[in-house]
Amino acid sequence: MSPNLVLVVVIGVLFGTGVYLLLERSLTRVLIGVALIGNGANLLLLVAGGAAGGPPLLGSGPEDEMSDPLPQAMVLTAIVITLGFTAFLLAMAYRSWQLHGHDEVQDDLEDRRIARRAERGELDPRTDDATTSVDLEAAQVRDETEELTAAEIAANAEEGRR
Amino acid sequence: MNWLVPLPVVIPLIAAGLALTQVRRPRLQGLISVVAISTMLVTSIALLVLSDSGPLVVNVGGWAAPVGIALVADRLSALMLVVAAIVLLGVLLYALGQGIADGDEGAPVAVFHPTYLVLSAGVANAFLSGDLFNLYVGFEILLGASFVLLTLGGTGERIRAGTIYVVVSLLSSVLFVVAIALIYSATGTLNLAQLSVRLGELDPGVQLVLQVMLLLAFAIKAAVFPLSAWLPDSYPTAPAPVTAVFAGLLTKVGVYAIIRTQTLLFPDGRLDTLLLWAALLTMVVGIVGAVAQEDLKRLLSFTLVSHIGYMIFGIALSSQAGLAAAIFYVAHHITVQTALFLVSGLVERRGGTTSLEKLGSLAKYAPALAIIFFVPAMNLAGIPPLSGFLGKLGLLQAGVQLGTPLAYALVAGGLLTSLLTLYAIIKAWNKAFWQEAPEGLPQGDTPRTMFGPAAAIVAVSVALTVVAGPLFDYTDRAATDLRARSPYVDAVLVHGDRGEGQSSEAGEG
Repeated sequence: MSPNLVLVVVIGVLFGTGVYLLLERSLTRVLIGVALIGNGANLLLLVAGGAAGGPPLLGSGPEDEMSDPLPQAMVLTAIVITLGFTAFLLAMAYRSWQLHGHDEVQDDLEDRRIARRAERGELDPRTDDATTSVDLEAAQVRDETEELTAAEIAANAEEGRR
Repeated sequence: MNWLVPLPVVIPLIAAGLALTQVRRPRLQGLISVVAISTMLVTSIALLVLSDSGPLVVNVGGWAAPVGIALVADRLSALMLVVAAIVLLGVLLYALGQGIADGDEGAPVAVFHPTYLVLSAGVANAFLSGDLFNLYVGFEILLGASFVLLTLGGTGERIRAGTIYVVVSLLSSVLFVVAIALIYSATGTLNLAQLSVRLGELDPGVQLVLQVMLLLAFAIKAAVFPLSAWLPDSYPTAPAPVTAVFAGLLTKVGVYAIIRTQTLLFPDGRLDTLLLWAALLTMVVGIVGAVAQEDLKRLLSFTLVSHIGYMIFGIALSSQAGLAAAIFYVAHHITVQTALFLVSGLVERRGGTTSLEKLGSLAKYAPALAIIFFVPAMNLAGIPPLSGFLGKLGLLQAGVQLGTPLAYALVAGGLLTSLLTLYAIIKAWNKAFWQEAPEGLPQGDTPRTMFGPAAAIVAVSVALTVVAGPLFDYTDRAATDLRARSPYVDAVLVHGDRGEGQSSEAGEG
């Protein structure tokens, strides 16, 4: 069995353009890319069913000339699923435009923030590395033998009540 | 008792329709959801008991197996269903508790319940499917529901993170469809049992292509490095119950699909070396990412990615012990990860944020919360005697049994990951619970309605330790079945190449 060359070329073109559009920043273009790739995959399913033939209805023609009905059923399912998700993506693109005035896909903000802080060498003051000098730590540490002033005792009691 | 098999899929779907008709009555909606998921849990437990004496098969619509769609509940599927149903029920009660605590204001609860039930049905369908295309449909059902849940409310941050999640998920679905098309054109069938017979007759090169395609699609869903970058960015932004159920379940559906296809369809283990490398990188890169985080939810998302590596490690060992330990680890990880995310939701309510820089003093003001965070956290890091330790021990033993240099490297990587998990978790514990808060905590209280379900899931994760012996025996039997392949195939194809039902006497079509 050799597949239909025209369909194979169409599948290739759909996948190629779809991948190109997926790599764009704008969500609308990504959406079109997803739709194209989805259609390419559906065509591939159809081609997977073998050569074209008569309609797969009993009594409409000789049984050995019928095309395979199973891929057609699967393509129908896949088309419906693609439709639903395309609609959802469109809604997201519209919402993004409502919120920001554009539909560019943004980067991972938290990752950026952590990377920037690491570059600047800023650390949370509560980590061990933040107070590396012994003198600094000694000044901050309080042990049980220290005398507390009345004000500190009151403050501690207040904290306990909170 | 075969009529039980479709129920975990059918009940949530019917309940989703019912819940959708009761948009104006949130309490009734909640009741419908709880009853549906509870029924699902009871059915799953029944399946777990019944499938221990052999896989249960239902041919949907009475069409014999390769023609129609088969639903199969073997030991692995039933175990996954039970753990999933427990987690779904716990998270649902937590979400209801949150609704009660917030006075049902602001959250689009009307959409939440139907979508959540559809998600449950999709997960159950994926676990029970004995047909590759039906597995795809199960994936799409749960993905569609997860898109809606992830972008609840449509805030800017959720739309931003959701975009990435949606596009990546759709891409993995497309890969899966392409794999299905190629497999169908190569073998002429999509029934898993029949595929396991027919794929072996193909040219080895073609087999390898099909295997790589399927693995790619599933590895994106399971967040295996280097296909895991989408997860830590998208999960933490969702509402707490949603994040919990995603972290617990959705990646494990991908892991389940990898287990099923690797054992049933491609038992030669030709990609094991590649998978072992992927497992090693997933573990180490994931946990190094977790150490760098300054937000509790993101830290937990990175540990989630990292621990997927353990399961892939167990699968890639291609040995009885490795597979049994991997299945045990999946059950343990679903409960623990869900528990941790539920607790981090409580932390967010009590402390007003999940940023570790702003939190503090929680152990002093919310000691009960500190306890239910500490127990699953230690379980995740694998501290004896908890189930995380038992699962890791089983995996490392299986690795040592194999004894190749790469397996030893993975054993070392597993130990290192465990240690770094402990480090990351203790760092979070110190900052959020132990040390003083830099600017004090807001006044507040943890709602009991949310604390209860979270504590219950924690209790389940601890209970896994208590029943670890019988559970390990069960997963061992499941692994035996999976590696033998014949129980599954014979249960589906009773008449040699046909299942029970109509058209069992028809010729090859």
